Amino acid sequence: MTDVAAPTFAPLGTGVGTARKIKNRAFTAGLWICGGLAMLPLLFIATYVIERGLKALSINFFLKTPGIPGQPGGGIAEAFVGTAIIVGIMAVIAVPLGILTAVYLSEYGRGWFASTVRFVAEILLSTPSIVAGAFIWAVVVVRLGAFSGFAAALALCVLVWPIITRATEEVLRLVPQELREGALALGIPRWKVILRIVIPTAGAGIFTAVMLAMARGLGETAPVLLTALGNSFMTVNPSGPMDSLSLRVYVDAQSSYSLDVVQAWAGAFCLLVIVLGLSIGARVIAARQLRRTR
Amino acid sequence: MAQVEGPALSPIEAAAPRRRRRFGDSVFRGGSALVAIGLILLLFAILGLLLAQGSEAFRKFGLSFLTGTNWNPVAGRQSFGALPFIFGTMVTSAIAIVLAVPVSVGLALLLSEMPSGWFRNPLAVLVDLLAAIPSVIYGLWAFFVLVPVFDRHVDPFLAHSLGRIPILGALFQIPAANKGGGPGGNLFIAGVVLAVMILPIVTAVTREVVSIVPRELREAAMALGATRYEVIKMSVLPYARSGIVGATMLGLGRALGETIAVAMVVGNGLLIGPSLMRHGYTIPAVIANEFREAATGDHRSALLALAAILVVIALIMAALSRLLVGRTEQVVTAGLAVPEEDVLRAAMGEEE
Repeated sequence: MTDVAAPTFAPLGTGVGTARKIKNRAFTAGLWICGGLAMLPLLFIATYVIERGLKALSINFFLKTPGIPGQPGGGIAEAFVGTAIIVGIMAVIAVPLGILTAVYLSEYGRGWFASTVRFVAEILLSTPSIVAGAFIWAVVVVRLGAFSGFAAALALCVLVWPIITRATEEVLRLVPQELREGALALGIPRWKVILRIVIPTAGAGIFTAVMLAMARGLGETAPVLLTALGNSFMTVNPSGPMDSLSLRVYVDAQSSYSLDVVQAWAGAFCLLVIVLGLSIGARVIAARQLRRTR
Repeated sequence: MAQVEGPALSPIEAAAPRRRRRFGDSVFRGGSALVAIGLILLLFAILGLLLAQGSEAFRKFGLSFLTGTNWNPVAGRQSFGALPFIFGTMVTSAIAIVLAVPVSVGLALLLSEMPSGWFRNPLAVLVDLLAAIPSVIYGLWAFFVLVPVFDRHVDPFLAHSLGRIPILGALFQIPAANKGGGPGGNLFIAGVVLAVMILPIVTAVTREVVSIVPRELREAAMALGATRYEVIKMSVLPYARSGIVGATMLGLGRALGETIAVAMVVGNGLLIGPSLMRHGYTIPAVIANEFREAATGDHRSALLALAAILVVIALIMAALSRLLVGRTEQVVTAGLAVPEEDVLRAAMGEEE
């Protein structure tokens, strides 16, 4: 820090020196440019996806399966169904696991073991999604010899378990200690206090954590590709290859048929609406909850 | 958390079977602890399986797995040299860091240091939404919108301007089509897309770190008559420095593992060279593109070894980042005087 400008204090009454003023202005302008640069991609992506996606939407898009490549009139109904089933199974497995881990950390956890669990959850947040996919691919798909929607749900669980844990622990910690103490003083056993008082009090916060986890699961492509592989036929059987919305967008985007590419934009539009809807919804609920507790 | 021991029992409760209450408590406690152990086991399972497969690949292919440049999974001519993927992953992540970190730090300072205004909340929400956009949408947009613009305008412009600088210019030369040049994406554009994708996480962690810096430090600098730029430079950045390094590492870990968007725009070329305007390939991209054909054990363990490299680096980055950010918190809460000395020295006009 050799070029710190502060020490050249101007005499009283003359205010800040010109050079320092200019430096400050330039710095402020630089920060605003950073803000502008960060906004550009979001605006560009949103406009393109909305513009190109809306054009391609039709009733068939939601009701039909891809059909013959290059022929108009197809849809991606199987992808919507596949996504719903995969993310549904993911939620059924990962939500209890995530919430129980969070309950342990916030209600019982003390000492080195709890900090270890917390640290592990923190670094598992950074697991590359392709690694979660490769792991389940090696453990489940290769061993059973079949790609499946169920395997995809497991791969997504690897990704969202730590997410739900971290977010839920944070909201559980916001529950006032007096509530727990009051209930315990009435002679209610601890586990009932947690189930009947702590968790319901944090309910909205836990719900937003689950919504964000669902948004993450919906948007992931690589782990689903490695485990569910994709399927252009309608299926509701999670023990076989399945399609998902993000996977269909990926496949269609690389197709040599321009109709498929058009469909990729429409799929991307639906994906963006669902994912951003969940993220914004979670934020609104969290903000409302925060205002109420204040 | 104060533990409340043995609440006094009302007569009614005393009559209730006490043992069952204890039983319910220990079941619930044990169950949740078991699930928490499960999370740790998951980490060990991922590391154990991938490292076991990875060491198998090393046993078979030796060190040439890391240094070889010939990757050919076709049976009979099999050869697994992963250097092109390692190279491509490092180059794209480096570009992402160089582009994203300055913007992220600027954005974080804009969001937390500027006098509050109407823009702050909307801007923060929009940056968070950037993180929510699925990777495949980034890929789709980059492939159909960004790549043509870069091929036609940005890359030639960079080649004509920055490409003339003596040594550094080699990075921006556009190679001939048979040397890995040509349309359809390249390392540079993959790095640009990655930069956009890691921007929110680096910004979020930087904001977290900056918000830890005690207000008194800022006020002290302001009382000395410092401008906002000087406040940030004297009071905020010295404290936040190690945390910003942590944020960078977290961003690096995310960039290394990003798959779909990169696979769509990196060009999938195996040649290695100085130019960034060249088709490249990354570790996640090759896993995503080749797992279907990985019927043979060799090909499979080679891909899983790549996944092992990826997860080890990503988890180390995450752990280091956590420790660095945690240290910033400790420094502040412990009230260590080191950064304050910096401030004083700077204020007194001494050189560091």
